[in-house]
Amino acid sequence: MTTRSLSAIAALGMALFAAAAQAETKLVIGLQQEPTSLDPTSDATASIDGMLTQNVYESLTTVAPTGDVLPQLAESWTVSDNGLTYTFKLAQGVKYHDGTDFDSADVLFAFNRAMAEGSTNPSKGYFKPIASVEAPDAQTVVITLKKKDAFFLFNMAQGDASIVAEESVDGNATTPIGTGPFKYDSWTRGDRLTLVKNPDWRGASGVQLDKVEFRFIADPAAAAAAIMSDEIDAYPGFGAPEMLPQFEADPRFSVNVGSTEGEVILAMNNSKPPFDNIEVRRAVSTAIDREEIIEGAMYGVAVPIGSFYPPHGSAYVDLTGAYPHDAAKAKAMFEAAGVAGTTMTLRVPPFAYATRSAEIIQAELAEAGIDAKVENVEWGFWLDEVYKKKNYDMTIIAHTSPNDMGNFARGPDYFYGYNDPKMTALWDSISTEADDAKRAELLKEGQKYLSDQAVHGFLFQLPQISIIKTNVKGFWQSSPVLFQPLAGITVE
Amino acid sequence: MGYFLLRRSVGFILTLFAVSVVVFAVMNVLPGDPALTILGLDATEDALAALRDQLGLNDPLLTRYWSWVTNALTGDFGVSHSFRVPVAGLIAERLPMTISLAVSGMIFTVVLALVLGIAAAANHRKAGDWGIMFVSQLGIAVPAFWLAMLLVLVFAVNLRWLPPGGFPGWSDPVAAMRALILPTVALALVQSSVLARVTRSSALEVMRQDYVRTARASGFSRRRVLWRHVLPNALVPIVTIVGMQFAALVTGTIVIENVFYLPGLGRLIFQSIANRDLPTVQALVMLFAAIVVTANFIVDLLYVVIDPRLKARA
Repeated sequence: MTTRSLSAIAALGMALFAAAAQAETKLVIGLQQEPTSLDPTSDATASIDGMLTQNVYESLTTVAPTGDVLPQLAESWTVSDNGLTYTFKLAQGVKYHDGTDFDSADVLFAFNRAMAEGSTNPSKGYFKPIASVEAPDAQTVVITLKKKDAFFLFNMAQGDASIVAEESVDGNATTPIGTGPFKYDSWTRGDRLTLVKNPDWRGASGVQLDKVEFRFIADPAAAAAAIMSDEIDAYPGFGAPEMLPQFEADPRFSVNVGSTEGEVILAMNNSKPPFDNIEVRRAVSTAIDREEIIEGAMYGVAVPIGSFYPPHGSAYVDLTGAYPHDAAKAKAMFEAAGVAGTTMTLRVPPFAYATRSAEIIQAELAEAGIDAKVENVEWGFWLDEVYKKKNYDMTIIAHTSPNDMGNFARGPDYFYGYNDPKMTALWDSISTEADDAKRAELLKEGQKYLSDQAVHGFLFQLPQISIIKTNVKGFWQSSPVLFQPLAGITVE
Repeated sequence: MGYFLLRRSVGFILTLFAVSVVVFAVMNVLPGDPALTILGLDATEDALAALRDQLGLNDPLLTRYWSWVTNALTGDFGVSHSFRVPVAGLIAERLPMTISLAVSGMIFTVVLALVLGIAAAANHRKAGDWGIMFVSQLGIAVPAFWLAMLLVLVFAVNLRWLPPGGFPGWSDPVAAMRALILPTVALALVQSSVLARVTRSSALEVMRQDYVRTARASGFSRRRVLWRHVLPNALVPIVTIVGMQFAALVTGTIVIENVFYLPGLGRLIFQSIANRDLPTVQALVMLFAAIVVTANFIVDLLYVVIDPRLKARA
C-alpha cells in the first residue's frame, strides 16, 4: 500500500470522525402564514420577513429586540448636524450567495429601485423622505433626506429595505439571493422552506445552526398536534391561546408570552355619523370592558391598552383608566347623543383575535343600548370594502407595524376617516425629533391626545405567543419588528 | 357510440366554457383588490397603482377575459398574481399530492364499501348486518374535519404510529404512504359509509331475483353466488354513486389538505381565493370542473361495460 493511499484513508477517517463529532444542527420552525413570494421588497406578507429578513437578506442596519438600531451591512454611520445627511461605511469583503460582490453600487441599486416611479415596494413610504442617494466610493453611501426622520435608521433595518443585487433581483421571488448568514436552499410551496448556513458570512463562526426548516401549518389544531408529536422544534407565532395549558404542563416545551407591535383597536369610522361625534366615540370607549374582552377572546393572554402605543415601549403612558367601563353611563351618553337604540355594523376580518373580541363587544354594546350587527368578512373583502372604500361603521384590526402612530396623520382618505390638524402637526414633530427624550415626551402627548379624542376603542396589545423546545435558546420573546434573526439561535 | 362520444365532448367543452365565464365574473364582482392584498396596509397609493398596472388589472374586463381564453387555448394559463410564477407550473407541482390523496381515498372507499356492503347483505337482518349498518350510519354523521383531528390525536400525538400531517413526496415511498394513511381515512370514511349502504341495498335487491335462487339451487356456494352473480348485477347503482363520490373526494381534499397541511391543490385554491389570485383560481376551478365532468363521462362508459343491455339505448 502506497503512502498516498494510506494518507487518503487517514484523511477519510478524519473526515468521518469530524462529521460524527459535529452532527448537523437542524431546527424546524412552524409558521402559521404561508408566503406566496420570497421577495420582501415587493410583497408585504409578514412570513417573508419572518423567515428571510436579516437571515437571507440583509439591510444597512438591523434592530435589537429592545428596538435599538444596530449596524448590519453598514458597519458604521455618521449623521450631519442638521440631521439630514447620513454617511454609511459599508462592511468589506461581503459577497452575495451567488458569489457576486457587495458594494455601494448594490445599495444604490436597491434604493433607486425602491424609490422609482413604478416601484411596488410595500413600504415605499419609508423612502419618501429621501432626497438623494450617492456612492462616493465602493465602501461609502451618502443618503440625504428632505426632512428629518427620527425613524429612518430603524426603517432601513426592515425587509422592505433589503439590499438586493441587480444581478439576482428578478429571481428573488422564487430563489432569494442575499448576503445574510443563511442561504436559501429549497422551497416546496405550501409545505416547507429550507435554509442552510452560509459559511462565508462575516460572522459565520458564531452561527450554530446548519439547517433551518420552516413548516407551514395554518390550522392551530394541526400546529398543536405537530408540536406535540415532536415534528417541529419551535412555533414562534402561535395563534390559539386556549391551547396553551397543555404545552405549559409539558416539560418538553417552554411557553413564552411576549408582546408584538400590534395594537388591536375597535376602529370607528370617524368620517361619518354617528362616529364623527366625539361623545359617541367616548360612549363606545365607556361601554367596552377590556378585561372581559381579554379574558374571553384571548384567554387572559394580552395586555390592555388605553391608546395607540405598545405597553413595552419606552414612551408608554397607561391610559387604560381614561374611560372606566360603565354600561349605565355609556347608555346615558348614547341617549344624550341621540343614537340610543340604533343599529351599527361591526365588520370583522377573519382573525381569531378579531372575531372573538367582536362577540364580546357586541354584548357590551347591547348592554349600553346599541345594537351592533357583527358581519364576519373574509380578508380580501375587508381590504376592499373596509380599508379601501371605508364602507363600515366599526371594525376590529391589529396594527402590527412599529412606530405607527402616524396612521392618525394619514388624513381623511385613510380608513379611520380621522382628520385632525392638531394630530397631524404633532406627528410631524414626533417623526422629525431626533432627540430620544424629547421624542418620548411628544409620543406621550400623542397617546394622551388620541385617548382624549377617543378616536377608536383601544383594546389590547396583540401578544406574541411562542412554544419552543426547552433545548432551543435565543428566540426573541417580544419583537419590535417582523423578523427573527436566526444567527443567534442555539440548540443544546 | 360515435354520436354518444361527440355529444359528450361538446357537453364537456360547453361546461368548461360556462365555468370559465362564471369564475371570471364571480372573481370580478367579489370585493377585493389583488394589489392591496399583496402590498398590505402600509402601501402607498402610487405603489398600488404601479402593481395594478403590472398585473394588468387596469384593462377592461372583456379584454382580460378574451386574452385569458386565447392564451388558455394554447395551454398558457397565465402567471399567478401572488406567486409570480406560471400557473401551470404551480398546479403541476401540487397535482401529484392531490391525485395521490384522491386515488387512495377512492380505493379505500370502494374496497371497504364493497366488502362491508356485501357482508351486510349476506347477513341480512342478523347481527353482522345491524353492526355494519350502525357503524356506517356513524361514519356518515361524523364531519371529516372532526374525524381528522381525532385521528391525529390518537394515532399521531398519543400512539405516535403515524405523522400528524405534511407530505414528504414520493421520493420516499414508505414515508409517503405513511403520511397518506390518516388523510385517506378521514377523507374517505364518510364516502365509504354511504357506498356500503348503497352496496347493501343494491345487493339485497339482486339477491331476491330468481336467477340467484337458481344459482344457489344448482349447487354454487354462497360465496361464489355473492361475488360472481350478485355483485356484478348490483354494480350499476354502485358505479353511479362512485362517480359522484370521486368528485366529492377531489373537492373534499380542500378541507383535508388544510387539516393535515398537505401541499396539494386544495390548499392552493383556498389560498388563491383569499389572495384574489384570479389566474390561479380560474385555472384550478377549470381543472376541478374538468375532473368532475371526466369522472361522469367514465361512469357513463362503465355502464356499458357493466351492463351490455345499455349499449342499445346509448
